[in-house]
Amino acid sequence: MAYDEVLRGYEPVLGLETHVELGTRSKMFCSCATAFGAEPNTQVCPVCLALPGSLPVVNGVAVESAIRLGLALNCSVASWCRFARKNYFYPDMPKNYQISQYDEPLCFDGHLDITVDTPDGPREFRIEIERVHMEEDTGKTAHMGGATGRIHGAEYSIVDYNRAGIPLLEIVTRPIENTGDLAPLVARAYVSELRELVRSLGISDVRMEEGSMRCDVNVSLMPRGATEWGTRSETKNVNSLRSVERAVRHEIERQGGVLSAGGRVVQETRHFQENTGGTVSGRSKEEAQDYRYFPDPDLVPVAPAAEWVEELRAALPELPAARRRRIKAEWNLSDEELRDLVNADAIGLVAETVEAGAPPADARKWWLNELSRRATEAGTELSALAITPAQVARVAALVAEGALTNKLARQVVEGVLAGEGDPDAVVEARGLKVVNDDSALGAAVDQAIADNADAAEKVRGGKVAAAGALVGAVMKATRGQADAGRARQLILERLGVQG
Amino acid sequence: MSELIRLTAAELGAAIASGETSAVEAAQAYLDRIDAVDGEVNAFLHVATEGALEQARAVDARRAAGEDLGPLAGVPVAHKDVFSTKDMPTTAASRILEGWQPPYDATVTARLRDAGLVILGKTNMDEFAMGSSTENSAYGPTRNPWDLDRVPGGSSGGSSAAVAAFEAPLATGTDTGGSIRQPAAVCGLVGAKPTYGGSSRYGLIAFASSLDTPGPFARNVLDAALLHEAFSGHDPRDSTSVDAPVPRVVEAAKRADIAGMRVGIVRELSGEGYQAGVLERFHEAVELLESLGAKVVEVSCPSFATALPAYYLIAPSECSSNLARFDAMRYGLRVGDDGTRGAEEVMSLTRAEGFGPEVKRRIILGTYALSSGYYDAYYGSAQQVRTLIKRDYDAAFEQVDVLVSPTTPTTAFPIGERADDPMAMYLADLCTIPTNLAGNAALSVPCGLAAEDGLPVGLQVMAPALADDRTYLVGAAVEAALKDRWGGDLLSRSAFAV
Repeated sequence: MAYDEVLRGYEPVLGLETHVELGTRSKMFCSCATAFGAEPNTQVCPVCLALPGSLPVVNGVAVESAIRLGLALNCSVASWCRFARKNYFYPDMPKNYQISQYDEPLCFDGHLDITVDTPDGPREFRIEIERVHMEEDTGKTAHMGGATGRIHGAEYSIVDYNRAGIPLLEIVTRPIENTGDLAPLVARAYVSELRELVRSLGISDVRMEEGSMRCDVNVSLMPRGATEWGTRSETKNVNSLRSVERAVRHEIERQGGVLSAGGRVVQETRHFQENTGGTVSGRSKEEAQDYRYFPDPDLVPVAPAAEWVEELRAALPELPAARRRRIKAEWNLSDEELRDLVNADAIGLVAETVEAGAPPADARKWWLNELSRRATEAGTELSALAITPAQVARVAALVAEGALTNKLARQVVEGVLAGEGDPDAVVEARGLKVVNDDSALGAAVDQAIADNADAAEKVRGGKVAAAGALVGAVMKATRGQADAGRARQLILERLGVQG
Repeated sequence: MSELIRLTAAELGAAIASGETSAVEAAQAYLDRIDAVDGEVNAFLHVATEGALEQARAVDARRAAGEDLGPLAGVPVAHKDVFSTKDMPTTAASRILEGWQPPYDATVTARLRDAGLVILGKTNMDEFAMGSSTENSAYGPTRNPWDLDRVPGGSSGGSSAAVAAFEAPLATGTDTGGSIRQPAAVCGLVGAKPTYGGSSRYGLIAFASSLDTPGPFARNVLDAALLHEAFSGHDPRDSTSVDAPVPRVVEAAKRADIAGMRVGIVRELSGEGYQAGVLERFHEAVELLESLGAKVVEVSCPSFATALPAYYLIAPSECSSNLARFDAMRYGLRVGDDGTRGAEEVMSLTRAEGFGPEVKRRIILGTYALSSGYYDAYYGSAQQVRTLIKRDYDAAFEQVDVLVSPTTPTTAFPIGERADDPMAMYLADLCTIPTNLAGNAALSVPCGLAAEDGLPVGLQVMAPALADDRTYLVGAAVEAALKDRWGGDLLSRSAFAV
C-alpha cells in the first residue's frame, strides 16, 4: 500500500534496540583478544568456548564504557545490578545461555535529542531511552554447501567462536510515537545520532558494515485516533542507516496493506533484504522461546560507587550535539552548511582536521567534495577512508603555502589513500612539488618563448592576453607542476611587459 | 606398604620431608593398595599410575635440590572426577563426558600440584554430583568399605570410599548440599565444607554454582585442615571467590581446645525420622563437648524445615542452565551425527543418551521452576527461603559460636534401597543442606558407630562464613577425646583397616 495513503489512516509507533560491540581489547568475561577479522577460532579459551568448569569474570572496562554511554544518554546508573542468564540452545552460543541483563539494567531512564530535516525546516524529537545494558555476543555460524548460504538447504554449518563473548551494549528506546510520516527519518536520525555519540565516547568503532553496530527495528501501526498500540513486527540486525530508514518505511507500507485488507499483523521477527529493501518473515514470536532468565550465580553484582560514576560524568568529552552548536557558531555556518556536514557524517572528521591546523573552510571543502566523492566511489563510509584528518590538514597546508596546486593536491590525496604514506612522502615519491624554483622555471620559460615566437611577439606588442599560450606551454613542459602565476610573471618580465 | 599407608597425611609428609621415605615410595604404596582393593570398592574412575610416579619423582627431585616444600609435598591425593585435570580424563561420572580430557587444570588441582601433592587418580561420584549414594554414576556404584553392600554416601562417594579403604590418605570432594559431609559421615571420615567462596570453583564442573564448594576428605581433622589450607584462598578467575585471608584451620586443628566455647544444638535437626543409633551417638558427643568445657544450649532455626524443598528448586534450576553446554558441539559425546540430522536433533539425541535419569530429572525440574509464569512461585520463593535460613543462622550465631547436629539422619544405607525413591534419597542431606543455602562453613567428624548396625555416625559442626577454624577446633577436640575413649582411630574397626 502506498506510504502516504497508509499514513492518512494510521499512526506508526517505533521501537529501536541497538547493539553496539565495544572496542575493548579483551572479551566481556575472559581475556581473549577481540580483533576483527582474525583466523576463525584463534581468539578463544576455556571460558568463551564454555569448556566444563570454566567461569566468567567481568571486564571492568566494558562496565565503564556502559556507564559512560548511559551518562551521555542522560540515564540513571544503577547502584547495584546483576547479570542474568538468557537460556536457549543454539550452536553458536557455547554455554547455550547468553550472559545478559534482564530486569536490572546498568543504566535506565534516559533520552537522546535528535533533529530531522523537513521541508518546513529542522524538527526536534526527544527519543526516550528505556535502558542500556551489557551482554556478550555469540559466535558466528556459516551455512555451507547450500545455494543461499542460509540454514535451509545447507549441507553443514561451521561456527567461528572468535566473536563469542565480545562485549555488547544494548540500547533500548521506549516506544516512539507521534512521528507521522517522518517515522523512517526519525529512526534513521536516532541511529545516526547514537552512532555519533558512541563514537565521541571512543568506546566502539561503530562500523555498521562490520556489524559492530546493528539495530532491531520494531514497527507497529495504530489507526489514527486510537489509544492502543497495534501488533508490532521486529526486523532484526539492520546494519546501515539507509537500511534502518527503508526497513521502517517498508514495514509501514506492508502492515498498512495487511490492516487495510482487514488482515491481522503477526507478531514476529523479520529479516531485512538489502537487495529489495523489503523484509521477510523470520520466526514467529507467538511460538517464541521462554528464555528462563535468572540472575547468573557465577557473577557477583555490579555495584558502581557513586563517586566513580560522578568522576566518569565529569570526564565525559564534548558530546556531538554540543559540538555541533559550537562548531556552527565558531565556523559561522548556515543551517544548510551544518546539515551537509551532518548528512555526510563529516563533522568529527572536519573538526579534527581543523584541530590539526586547517582553516574550517578548507577542511569542509576537502571532506565534502574530493573525499566524499572517493568514499562514494569506493562504496565505503567517509570515516573508513585510509586518510586521517591530520593528513588532510597537511595537504591543505601544502596548498596554502603554494607548494601544491589543487590538482596536485588531489594526486597527493590519491597517493595517501593508496597507502603510499603521509602527504610529504607522497609528494617526494611522486615528485609532485610545484616548480617555482626560478632557474628551473626560467629554463622552461625561455624554451616556451623560443618555441612560440608568434605568441611572444604578440605579447611584446602589448597583447598581454597572448601570454596564456606561453604559460600553457610552460605547464605542459613541467607536467603541470609549475606555479602558473610565477611562470606568467617570468614570461612577462622576459618579454619586457608589465603584467 | 601397610606402614606407609597407615600414617596420617601429616606424618607421611614429615617422613618424606625428613628423607625417611620418599614421594615415590608413598605413591607406589598407595598404587599397590588401589591395585589390591579397588576391584571391590570401585572408588576410582581413573588411576594415574604412571603420572603419579612421575609427579612423585619430580617432588623428590625438588626436595633433593633443596627446595623448601610445604607439609604435604609428596603426599598422594585423589581428586573427585569433577575437578578438571589436564593430564587425565575428567568425566563427572557421566557418559556425556566419557574420555574428555580438559586442556587446563582446575584451580584446586593446580594449587595442590604446586604444593607437591601427587595425584593418584580420579574418584567416582554421582553423575554431575547429583545424588547421595554414588549410585548415579554412569560407571557403576562405589561400595562402602565398612560394608560392601552399602553405599559410601554421595555425591563424593568415590573420594570417601578411597580414603576409608586406605587407597588414598587425602581426597578432594565438592559439597553442594552435603556431598562431602554426608559421605564422610557414613564412611567414618573427616570431611569439611568450607565457606562458600573460600575455595575456588574454577575448573570444577558446575552442578549448582551458588552452592558448589570444594572441600577436603581425610582420616583425621589435622590432615583435613592441611588439605583445606593447601587449596583455599582467593582466585581471581572465580568472581564468587572471597578475597579474605584463609581461616587458620591448621592452627585450630592443632589447638583443639574448646573450653568456654558456646555450642548450640539445632532443635530442628534431630528427632523423628532419625535413626536411634545416630541420635544416641550424637547425644553422647554433645555430652562430651560439655565435659570438655563447652557451654551447650538448644537453639531453634525454624526455617530449616523448608531448606530441603528450597534446595530442590535452586540446585536444579541452576543445573538446568549449567548443563546446557553439553550439546555435542565442541566436546564430549555426539550421537546421531550421520549427515542427515540438524544440530538441534543431534543435541537432543546426545543429551537423551548422555545424561542419566537423575540428571534428567533435575534438568526437567529446574527448567520448569525457571519457566515464565512459575519463576516467582518456585525459584523466587526458594530464594526468599534462602534469606530466611541465613537469618536463622545469623540469629543463632549471636548466641553461640558453633551449631551441632548429626551429619546424616541415618547411617549408610544398602545399595539399591533408595535408588528408585528420589525423595528418600534427598532426605540423606536433610542436616547438611542449610549450611549450603547460607554459604557457611561446616565439618563432619566421626562420633562413633551406631549400635544397631555398627556403622559410622558423623557429628556436624557448623560455623559462620569465614569462621571455618571453629569447626576444626571443635572437630579436633571431639576427635582427641574419642580417641582416648576408644583407644585408637574409629577406622581401625573397619573391615578395610590396615
